Amino acid sequence: MSGTPGEPLRLAAALRRLEEIVRSLEAEDTDLDQGLALFEEGVGLLREARSRLETAELKVQQVLQDAAGDLRAADLDV
Amino acid sequence: MSQVVGALKQAIDGAMGQVWIKGELTDLKVHSAGHWYFSLRDADAQIRCVIWKSNAQRLRTRPTDGTEVFILARPDFWAERGDVRLSAVQLLPTAALGDKELELQRTREALARDGLFDPSRKRPLPRFPRRVALVTSLEGAALHDFVTVARGRWPAHLLVVGSKVQGDQAARELVRALGLVNRLRADVCVVGRGGGSRDDLAVFNVEAVCRAIAAVTVPVVAAVGHQTDVTLADLVADHRAATPSAAMELILPERAEVLARMNGLGARMAGGLSRRTRVIEERLFRAEDRLEGAVSARIRDDQERLSLLGAQLEALSPLRVLARGYAVATGPAGKVLRRRGQFKPGAGFTLRVVDGEVPARVEES
Repeated sequence: MSGTPGEPLRLAAALRRLEEIVRSLEAEDTDLDQGLALFEEGVGLLREARSRLETAELKVQQVLQDAAGDLRAADLDV
Repeated sequence: MSQVVGALKQAIDGAMGQVWIKGELTDLKVHSAGHWYFSLRDADAQIRCVIWKSNAQRLRTRPTDGTEVFILARPDFWAERGDVRLSAVQLLPTAALGDKELELQRTREALARDGLFDPSRKRPLPRFPRRVALVTSLEGAALHDFVTVARGRWPAHLLVVGSKVQGDQAARELVRALGLVNRLRADVCVVGRGGGSRDDLAVFNVEAVCRAIAAVTVPVVAAVGHQTDVTLADLVADHRAATPSAAMELILPERAEVLARMNGLGARMAGGLSRRTRVIEERLFRAEDRLEGAVSARIRDDQERLSLLGAQLEALSPLRVLARGYAVATGPAGKVLRRRGQFKPGAGFTLRVVDGEVPARVEES
């Protein structure tokens, strides 16, 4: 069971990084170049995370096991 | 001798943990200090037992001799008397207790002994779960509740592992389903069903099911729809929710809230950057001021030096000398004639005076 579409919302990592970026930008001691680079990175992360979160949809699948013991997932209508 | 007795004590005290034992109670004596002493026997054996005051105080009924009871006890070697007895912490008349209740007690003890209720085992939930394993019945209303609440909150991927949740097959199916969860790379697992009678929920008190929950490698939320009764599965799971809907609210963040938080972070980021540029702008202005000051000071210096040099230069100028009435004689090639010998009789030369040149000639001698 792998390769599920609409996948990885690696949000926790993205938000952690964003929080770090905000903290450094709010601190007084980074220079402008560094600040701009951080800002650019943050905007990229934010844009991607937001668009993923806005477009992602709930997916419901049933896990089935065949005679050989292998697993597969089939869409489930609930 | 005390060495032998010491060794015996060690062997007997460590022989087994606490166990439930059924027998007929006889010779109950309540000591003035509050301890209970009695014997427990069946057809083939008997043994002395004690319940210390602190435990005896919690017992509701004092059984009469001949009552069949369960005790929860461990063996204890009484060195002073060279006697083995059972030291009990719990005593329940079998009549007052159905087999199910006893089994529940036994399972609870067994799970507790293995540390499955330890708070230190409880794992935190992931903040933003992507893959959620759902162990529940494919037929029940619970599945519908799980999905409906999830749909309104968070775009997760629900992986439903179907299992009966009541009846004879339920325990076996739940154990199997919980085993499959470990192969799904899920972030979190929810096991549950809708509400039901105490008997309907019985499978969530089965030892094998509880152990299967404990063996799931990701955090487990038990949602055995019941507000009042807590099942053993609830106690073994990392988290407990009263209903399937509550379980989803517990594990899934709300999309709108997270989006709002992202916007907040974006605004703070922009604010941080503009504050940063303002600070730098101010620094630039200050630097410019200083630079200007330095340059104009430098220019002033240079001007002074220049006028000084000009004055010196003027002092040295031959025109100044000529202005005082001196003249310079130069030969035909423009060479300055400084000595008498350079003036040959009859030769022409030029006299340079302050306002021009005068042609001249040396007189014939």
